[in-house]
Amino acid sequence: MTHLSKSPWILHYDASSCNGCDIEVLACLSPLYDVERFGIINTGNPKHADVLVITGGINEQNRQVVQNLYNQMPDPKVVVAVGICASSGGVFRECYNVVGGIDCIIPVDVYVPGCAARPESIIDGIVRALSILEEKKRMPAHGRATGGGER
Amino acid sequence: MILLEYAVLFIVLAPFIGGLLAGIDRKLTARMQGRVGPPILQPFYDVGKLFQKEQIVVTPSQHFYVLSYLVFIVASGALFFAGGDLLLVIFAFTLAHIFLVLGAYSSYSPYSFIGAERELIQIIAYEPMIILAAVGMYMVTKSFFVWEIMTSSLPLILYLPGVFLGFLMVLTIKLRKSPFDLSTSHHAHQEIVKGVTTEFSGPMLARVEIAHWYENVFLLGFIYLFFAWNPLVGIIAIIVAYLLEILIDNTFSRATWKFTLKSAWIIAGMMGLVNLGVLYYLSGVVPV
Repeated sequence: MTHLSKSPWILHYDASSCNGCDIEVLACLSPLYDVERFGIINTGNPKHADVLVITGGINEQNRQVVQNLYNQMPDPKVVVAVGICASSGGVFRECYNVVGGIDCIIPVDVYVPGCAARPESIIDGIVRALSILEEKKRMPAHGRATGGGER
Repeated sequence: MILLEYAVLFIVLAPFIGGLLAGIDRKLTARMQGRVGPPILQPFYDVGKLFQKEQIVVTPSQHFYVLSYLVFIVASGALFFAGGDLLLVIFAFTLAHIFLVLGAYSSYSPYSFIGAERELIQIIAYEPMIILAAVGMYMVTKSFFVWEIMTSSLPLILYLPGVFLGFLMVLTIKLRKSPFDLSTSHHAHQEIVKGVTTEFSGPMLARVEIAHWYENVFLLGFIYLFFAWNPLVGIIAIIVAYLLEILIDNTFSRATWKFTLKSAWIIAGMMGLVNLGVLYYLSGVVPV
């Protein structure tokens, strides 16, 4: 195990969530769940982040934003789609302005179900994402620097 | 007299002490907020991880500025622990932070720019007080050399209580503690994304973090100078000062840059200058 899974820094982005899942994500940081005991820090900067946590589905307004955030994150990185809207579009799937789940735009590694997703399942999803992060470090995607290198 | 062995000890040990200090800081902060908190070694895991990440280079000159920041922080700290000239130490220390500001300015990012401007305001805010502390030490011990201040048998804190309080005030700015963590913050809450460090990622951010550890150890060494006549009291003073900083960090909300600048200068004037004035007046009456 490398240091990667001991210090995952999270970037939380609200795509078009109803704020239900957002509040549950923030609840993870509260004293009751305290994800900082796993070294998890909520950062606001994609350049510092390892895990991209997205709530809500993709719509035409945020398509570019999500793509941009993902591109700005240094490798290795993982994406966690929190809630049913982020996973598939949910009840908003058929709306005229909604594109669908996060995986329409960027590759998603972990899907956390629920409406809204429970803090326990969000933490579980992020812990699962960490093992994928380790795997990505061992076997970097083709054409990418192996870490520590430059893009 | 320059003691090279202490300089080498500082260069080797300071990252470990600084990292451990940061870990204890985070644990205590978490406990104060009713949380469990990360492991004590968390800062080392963070830096270890940052070195494993990809380095996204926004502009090539960033490398140079960040490396210069680290080198000059280490150099000023090493010179301090070697017993060198306090003024030279302070100038090298300021230069190091100018490199950090230049590093932030080198990328065309508005967040980075605001962070750089705030870092400059912080430098303007704390610099007079640090110079006053050096001048105060000179007035008492008649020397700018750290070695001679260290070995002086005079209890500096009794001559310079105002200067010490003023120094504690700017220490809050220097340690990047709330209410004065304007340019970048350790906390989960953000201040205009991440201030000066916004455009640094991976190994570059790790170097900034290590430089900050060196810096913290150097600043705590500076506190020790006030109590150098008695090593035990000195170490207790360092611990109490750091605990006080953690308490302040968790008690106050963030101040505006205007308040930071005003309060830093007013306290430097009230505490520092008045203290030095009294000392100057008394030196005519009682030989120091």
